[in-house]
Amino acid sequence: MKSLTYVIQDEVGIHARPAGLMVKAAKEFKSQCIMQADGKSADMRRLIALIKLGVVQGTRITITANGPDEDEAISTFQKFLEENL
Amino acid sequence: MKIIQGKGIGSGVAIGPIVFLDSEKKAADYKIVDTEAEISRYEHAKEEAILQLNELREKTENKAGSENSKIFEIHVMLLEDDDYRDSVYEKISNGHWNAEYAVLQTGEQMGEAFKVMEDEYFRSRAIDLKDISRRMASILRGNTPEDILNGRSGIVAAQELTPSQTVQMDKTCLKGFVTHEGSASSHTAILARAMAIPAVAGITPDPEWDGKTAILDGGSGCLILEPDEATIHAYEQKTQKGYEERLLLQDLIGKKNISCSGKTIDIFANVGSLEDVVTARENDAGGVGLFRTEFLYLNSDTLPTEEQQFQIYKNAILQMEGKKVIFRTIDIGADKQVPYLRQEKEENPAMGCRGIRLCLKYRDIFITQLRAMYRASAFGCMAIMFPMISSEEEIDAALAIARQVKDELRKEKLPFCEDAEEGIMIETPAAGIISDRLAQKVDFFSIGTNDLTQYTLAVDRQNAALNEYYKPHHEAILRLIQLTVENAHRAGIWVGICGELGADTTLTGRFLAMGVDELSVSPLAVLKIRQAVRTSE
Repeated sequence: MKSLTYVIQDEVGIHARPAGLMVKAAKEFKSQCIMQADGKSADMRRLIALIKLGVVQGTRITITANGPDEDEAISTFQKFLEENL
Repeated sequence: MKIIQGKGIGSGVAIGPIVFLDSEKKAADYKIVDTEAEISRYEHAKEEAILQLNELREKTENKAGSENSKIFEIHVMLLEDDDYRDSVYEKISNGHWNAEYAVLQTGEQMGEAFKVMEDEYFRSRAIDLKDISRRMASILRGNTPEDILNGRSGIVAAQELTPSQTVQMDKTCLKGFVTHEGSASSHTAILARAMAIPAVAGITPDPEWDGKTAILDGGSGCLILEPDEATIHAYEQKTQKGYEERLLLQDLIGKKNISCSGKTIDIFANVGSLEDVVTARENDAGGVGLFRTEFLYLNSDTLPTEEQQFQIYKNAILQMEGKKVIFRTIDIGADKQVPYLRQEKEENPAMGCRGIRLCLKYRDIFITQLRAMYRASAFGCMAIMFPMISSEEEIDAALAIARQVKDELRKEKLPFCEDAEEGIMIETPAAGIISDRLAQKVDFFSIGTNDLTQYTLAVDRQNAALNEYYKPHHEAILRLIQLTVENAHRAGIWVGICGELGADTTLTGRFLAMGVDELSVSPLAVLKIRQAVRTSE
């Protein structure tokens, strides 16, 4: 299992569009990817669940990936977060 | 004639018939037996919906700007979401409901879960879920509307407008929007601004209004139903004249505020939101003379955090690119009830616990706000002013808290501007009369003429029956202004006017003669006042 933590810089937080892009990416991986924030967690393949986390600016999130391509999944999300959120 | 007050979310004026849009057509709900067949109906409708949405996305990409087209991309993703599908399946397989009812119920229930979220952005997403569900229900019922206005033209009235509805309208027929739901960040507001047509929210439209003539005034946020001839005429004049005047005023952008005899004055803008700041900059305001912070408190069910406030203040300061931004600390009275403040009911809120009195009573709220403001000061030129001052002690108490806040920030090594100016509003007669003493304690004065008029003349501003007694040109007011300006200059501080009188062009010459240093007016009045200054002596 691999994980990363990141503090959201984007003004609106994890809004619908980047959430959608992350869901798209999560569906490509064989690993199970989970996002945690404020004590709640969501399967990253589920957009509505991800949006419902209500992640606003300044929130620390954790993403864990578990499966054969977990390394690749974590580095993809790390790069995505840094570039977009 | 009937005037209904709402909240303007897109400015401008429209005159025309009301086109009532019935968005809440309920799908017939009935029980089904063959759940497999119902699920395959749903899956086929979903494919059709995704096709429609992709088509809409391509259509809007060139038409209404890319921001709108992104919404439909999100809609596709929501439709493909597993939770959405699971909920629909459950209602069909276990509940034996028809697919139309299953999607509408799913949209409603999932939307409710969004509506209770803390952040406004996430709450607004409820409408996207409703929208995709309505689209699905409509496909399932076998109709695909091309133009939901059916070729009618006018002011569209609806409980709420979804993004799909707005793109299914023939834009050339649209004159304005009246809705119940909607904020400045809603789809309706964004579309209205992009199309430069007026929009007013907070009004519940009545199906009876359909076809009736109305005037929609986005600037003042009101809808005038069945206006009389004189009102229509006045508005027609206003829209035509307003357009011509705005064109002429554009020439004044970049020019100085200098009178014929060489007197200069700063013209700043009064703002009540970040959108206003953008308008202020577009209209070449020299700064923000009054940033009202109440919207942060009134539009929220919970207290705005330091971080939320900091981001907004910082944003405003960055938007103004080094020009001064003067923040007024929270000025709420018992006339505006805020759920988390538990204010006591007052017989006379205008003279009650408001302005600085409220700040000193709820110190924690005041400290949070000051911390956010000083932290933002590191990003440009910021000043703070305290409202409703009537004594030296109040200034001492407020400045003591400000010092304490700055000490804390220093200890926490958080950057802020050490020279940020601290000033007060002069809006009680008491403050004007002892302005010589008050001037010793602060860096500037800003005269709030609206309250100064009501307190000096003992006329309740809210009482329409007293209109004839509310005279801002009263000699007593002008003398108080004169006295305040003289006392400020004697103490070596600057003085501005941020009330409505500041935008009164019949007084611009007089204020110049008095030596007023700054006038702060609504963003759209900046250039008009510049013109008045340039034609004054």
